[in-house]
Amino acid sequence: MSTAGARLPWRWAAPLVAIAVLSLATACNRPSSDQTVLRFWAMGREGEVVAELLPEFERSHPGVHVQVQQLPWSAAHEKLLTAIAGDATPDICQLGNTWIPEFVALNALQPLDPYLAGSSTIDHSDYFTGIWDTNVVGGKLYGVPWYVDTRLLFYRRDLLAQAGFSAPPKSWQELYQMLAAIKGRAGPDRYSILLPLNEFEPLLMLALQQDEPLLREDGRWGNFESGGFRRALEFYLGIFQRGWAPPLTNSEVSNVWNEFGRGYFSFYISGPWNIGEFKRRLPAEKQDTWMTAPLPGPNGPGASIAGGSSLAVFSASRNKPAAWQLIEYLSQPAVQRRFHELTGDLPPRRASWADGPVADDVYARAFRDQLERVKPAPKVPEWERIANEMRVVAERAVHGELSVDQAVKELDVRADRILEKRRWLLGRGAGG
Amino acid sequence: MRFERAAWWFVAPALLVIGVFFFLPVFAALLMSLTDFDIYALADLRNLRFVGLSNYVSLLQTPLFWQAFGNTLYFVVVGAIGVSLGAALLLHSRLARFKAFFRTALFAPVVTTLVAVAVIWRYLFNTRYGLLNYALGGVGIQPIDWLGDPHWAMPAIIVFAVWKNFGYNMIILLAGLQSIPEELYEAARIDGASIWRQFRYVTLPMLAPILLMVSILTIAGYFQLFAEPYVMTQGGPLQSTVSVLYLMYEEGFKWWNLGSASAVAFVLFLVIFGITALQLRYTRQGAWT
Repeated sequence: MSTAGARLPWRWAAPLVAIAVLSLATACNRPSSDQTVLRFWAMGREGEVVAELLPEFERSHPGVHVQVQQLPWSAAHEKLLTAIAGDATPDICQLGNTWIPEFVALNALQPLDPYLAGSSTIDHSDYFTGIWDTNVVGGKLYGVPWYVDTRLLFYRRDLLAQAGFSAPPKSWQELYQMLAAIKGRAGPDRYSILLPLNEFEPLLMLALQQDEPLLREDGRWGNFESGGFRRALEFYLGIFQRGWAPPLTNSEVSNVWNEFGRGYFSFYISGPWNIGEFKRRLPAEKQDTWMTAPLPGPNGPGASIAGGSSLAVFSASRNKPAAWQLIEYLSQPAVQRRFHELTGDLPPRRASWADGPVADDVYARAFRDQLERVKPAPKVPEWERIANEMRVVAERAVHGELSVDQAVKELDVRADRILEKRRWLLGRGAGG
Repeated sequence: MRFERAAWWFVAPALLVIGVFFFLPVFAALLMSLTDFDIYALADLRNLRFVGLSNYVSLLQTPLFWQAFGNTLYFVVVGAIGVSLGAALLLHSRLARFKAFFRTALFAPVVTTLVAVAVIWRYLFNTRYGLLNYALGGVGIQPIDWLGDPHWAMPAIIVFAVWKNFGYNMIILLAGLQSIPEELYEAARIDGASIWRQFRYVTLPMLAPILLMVSILTIAGYFQLFAEPYVMTQGGPLQSTVSVLYLMYEEGFKWWNLGSASAVAFVLFLVIFGITALQLRYTRQGAWT
């Protein structure tokens, strides 16, 4: 009937008005006059404990209230992308520093250089160079390091001593000697080192220790056929071919900490989170058998990956000055030390390492040393995908399906295909 | 007609919901599969390129897609109805004892939570401490690296998935078997039919409609293999357990190449659709009888 049709818009109007009123109400819910509400997204363990640091910030910054939303790491990336698509980004967010190039490509992040120039608390020369560098994309700063992750050697001191070595390896050559000696004593059922095949990091670290970059021409093409990557891959494969490492993924080693305690392997490449895990999970009598050491390089101490999380401000934020103040507060050495006590995360500033538990922790010492030699992974949004291809191809080479030559060729083919769109965008940008 | 109009009004809410939440997204996905939608396009729509069918073409040229397709087919063929039918026949047979117990035991996995039991099966499959290798060791078989060896990972996942799913088919087939009148067997026996001929000329034809339904459901379901490799192997080792749906998940939600992920989804749809159509045609021709 026509009347029903005519009435319909009015029936729809009521809910629409209600929705409009509600959204107005929520819009007004934010600072009506003097209160600024900062929306802060943080992930995992950091998200759980950061709230403990905030009351002091709110005391020293009256009028600013920080609302923390905690995201699980597994869902964080997706949630952030959805927020960007839906214009619902927070003011400030914890970002894994390998994600920064991607979010810069999405135009989601605010360049921080003007704020840095006027800051008295954040001194960029105090930060570990490689870590700071991960936040610089195209010459602009998009984040301030919050904590650092890098990977290095965890090793069994006692097993190394039994094999006749009193100190951890400093170069690739020494590492090979030790792996051979340990395997010689360990027999067929035990190994010298665990390099899980589902992680790309061990190979990436070896590759970052080379002079040649992994991508060439501003990230337009893969550079895996270069001499540097070839050397890294040969070294990596050599460990498997000689039977020093089991060709396993992490999920097949049911409990890495137990197996390390049992001597299934003597070397393990991992990050700072495992300091706490090994302290907690290894029995008391095993506690003095393990130690950490910086990564050996081709000739002497080598580089590792500059990982970790940064604090970034979203370009859609209306409270950028307040967000910057929060970054400044969380970057103070005293606050970073307290944060380390709460999480075990390692601070990114040298000043924060000068004092407190982090300075006294014997296991953290190797990390302090390593942090002076960390390098960022290539800063293109496609990197994570390329790294995954690198892992897949390396796994095939470990299983003997590809030779080194075939593997590096295959990797360049795959990387070039993934970078096709980037080349198109850069070409178009240059053209007009 | 007023009645007709009233009927439309009654179904309108449901149609609206289906339209907005099903047909519209499907149509959008179809359009998306013709573009190279990715994070760059999310940032700025000017970065979106219409690529026609090239997502499909390059997908069909990707070795990983064919590997995933092969893995999925392997899973469907080995894991699908064969095992379920075998178990149902066994349970229905007069020879089996403790039928009620076995029926319950074999159905129980269907109601368990997949992720939880997958974790337990991962322990069972563990190379060094797993119960399975322990049992095999008892009869003198060398330990098998179930989830780490590219040749064994898919069989291991099939064992798990069949264990998890087949109780459901078994119940349906059992119901079908029980509805076959005993007189038919009696008559066949009087005519001197052997056990095999009874199965071939009585059981199978009578069971045909149910077998068809079970096989359509199972094949459509098994083509969508995802959670098992996701939890147990993440597609590894050497991508030997990457299924078509797993490939789509990685393309779409790990790498945000929504264009090519949509193309994978449509290819999978066409495959399932084609196979179901073939099955229907094959059975209509009366191949069972």
